[in-house]
Amino acid sequence: MLTTSPAFKENATRAIANAGLQKALANSRPQFMARRAKAIANLPEFEQLRDIGRDIKNHTIANLDFYLEAWEANAKRAGAEVHWCSTADDARAAVLEICRAAGARTVTKGKSMISEELAINDHLERNGIRPIETDLGEYIIQLRHEHPSHIIAPAFHLNREDWEEQFRKSHTDLPGDRVFHERRDILTEARTKLRQSFLAADVGITGANFLIAETGSSVIVTNEGNGDLTQTLPRVHIVLASIEKMVPTLEDATSMLRLLARSATGQDFSVYTTFSTGVRRAGDLDGPEQYHVVLIDNGRTSMIGTDFQDMLRCIRCAACMNHCPVYGAVGGHAYGWVYPGPMGSVLTPSLIGVDKAGHLPNASTFCGKCESVCPVKIPLPRMMRNWREREFERHLTPATMRRNLGLWAWFAQRPALYRLATRIAAKTLGMMGGKKGRFHWLPLASGWTDGRDLPAPEGETFFARYAREQRR
Amino acid sequence: MTKEAILAGIRRGLKRDALPEDQAAMLRARLQGHPRQLIPARSRVGRPELVALFVANLEREFATVSRVPDNAEIPGAVAEYLAGQNLPTELVVAPHPELRAIPWDTRPLLHLREGRAEGTDQVSLQQAFAAIAETGTLMLPSAPERPTTINLLADTEIVILRTSRLVGPYEEAWDLLRAENHDALSGGFMPRNVMLVTGPSRSADIEQTLELGAHGPRRLHVVLVEDDPAAR
Repeated sequence: MLTTSPAFKENATRAIANAGLQKALANSRPQFMARRAKAIANLPEFEQLRDIGRDIKNHTIANLDFYLEAWEANAKRAGAEVHWCSTADDARAAVLEICRAAGARTVTKGKSMISEELAINDHLERNGIRPIETDLGEYIIQLRHEHPSHIIAPAFHLNREDWEEQFRKSHTDLPGDRVFHERRDILTEARTKLRQSFLAADVGITGANFLIAETGSSVIVTNEGNGDLTQTLPRVHIVLASIEKMVPTLEDATSMLRLLARSATGQDFSVYTTFSTGVRRAGDLDGPEQYHVVLIDNGRTSMIGTDFQDMLRCIRCAACMNHCPVYGAVGGHAYGWVYPGPMGSVLTPSLIGVDKAGHLPNASTFCGKCESVCPVKIPLPRMMRNWREREFERHLTPATMRRNLGLWAWFAQRPALYRLATRIAAKTLGMMGGKKGRFHWLPLASGWTDGRDLPAPEGETFFARYAREQRR
Repeated sequence: MTKEAILAGIRRGLKRDALPEDQAAMLRARLQGHPRQLIPARSRVGRPELVALFVANLEREFATVSRVPDNAEIPGAVAEYLAGQNLPTELVVAPHPELRAIPWDTRPLLHLREGRAEGTDQVSLQQAFAAIAETGTLMLPSAPERPTTINLLADTEIVILRTSRLVGPYEEAWDLLRAENHDALSGGFMPRNVMLVTGPSRSADIEQTLELGAHGPRRLHVVLVEDDPAAR
């Protein structure tokens, strides 16, 4: 997928000026936050479960080589074909080969973020195979030739009128003057359209929320049932799974599932949680005859043993972006690649390089909300800071910023001078701020004051106040 | 080989070689023993309360329930539900022996066809393997007598569940599957597919507002057969 992450600043400026996007963000984000809070209030053990979730994932990653091999042996016993792929290229080639061998003309797809990472749709289309997204949000995104703006709600940036307009434009066989009385009418139209695709598809592609070593299974979680239709009806089921999706046992998967839906949509449990293990059995009346798992590294192994290993715990619930003030201001597309929000700000530099994605870990107020809602306690702010340090070490930070940081460091290493300078600055600015205590404009600070007021210091530095309080 | 390269990459990151035999044996024992983690207290209640918890969770997730004392009352409950929803009386039925044992001939207006579901089926009937009270979830493992399409293609799915098959947490349902299901192909207990179903299909993709009836069944109705004396 083409990345626009290097243009994050321009993307963000456009996003803030986009009235439709701002309306969608204002409407949707509070709902996500309220639903999660309610679900968690309803489960007193949630905090303990977060520790358990973190520990399960840490244990799995510390033994990932063992669990991958154990999983593969069990999957093969159930008739799975496993395709190990180091890169996105390898994975695209593996998928295409399976589709070609099956003589596939159309492929239905369940929602999968790794498939966005691989840009598999473009690859299939270039090779004469038609991919059809079946998750409602992914479906409209595909019709609009867009990318998801959120990892669990791909059409987060769209409003109802966008849906109606797009369906009128795309479903030309239906009367152009039809009325969508309710949201349900939009849903029903998509259901009718996609039902034919489900029944006609030769291959179904899904992602995987988890792989289970104990049983050799893959797990998907959906509310619509599209993932289940995708993997049940065609002759061939392809699972795209990155290696960090592993958990050891069904019990471990169960603990993770207790965290996932609550953190994501605020449901206690998703409507369909489905465990797939191999091919159609003797006597079965339905289910795929072939079950392939394309097991993808694409940069994960190189995160192990680094400052960013903890990111491999991520279960893609989207709680971090739902609670992030930066995501809330600019939406998902501004981040410029597959993964937006705090998890994207950490993962994207790992996967496509900090030279391209260096703006993302800088797009944080370090408010810490992301870490506080993460179901597996990933220290997202710390890792964003780690990326900023790497960026600085590699001289990717802009020259003015480096110069100013250098100036600050020079003062900081001379405590007496630093305190004197900050005392004068705090006093002067405090007086200049006047009764209102804030600035509309300040020399060299237009980057801040163009958008909002800058709070003025209260006239006393932290050090001075601390010393005064201690003397009491 | 790619597999070897990926495994080597993982080991390089972990700064070790392949696990020594004693450590691998410990991990194999963990897989064999599949220890339980924390189980929420909400489902640690007596049998009657467990049924009440299950029904409350199911209804909260927009499914409906009718309760009957035994097999003899099932055809009436099904017919009544269909009439109440103004639904057709043709059903595609999972070819399950327990469903065959129901005295359907007491309701001659119900037309039953055994098999897998097709895209044109309006109403389907399934047999639950177990159910989980913790979240009001049905466990539907695939089998020749329990096709997966029955759970997916019809507009309305009716599921027969006996209260003797109701457990508190998911872990107990997994143990039932481990104890009772043998998979000839893999030699293990997992069938091709296990669906955990919690309510009818839905989507919130349009403005994050919940609408029922996405791609799976629009309605989910559970006929609860109260065969467990301890649960009454």
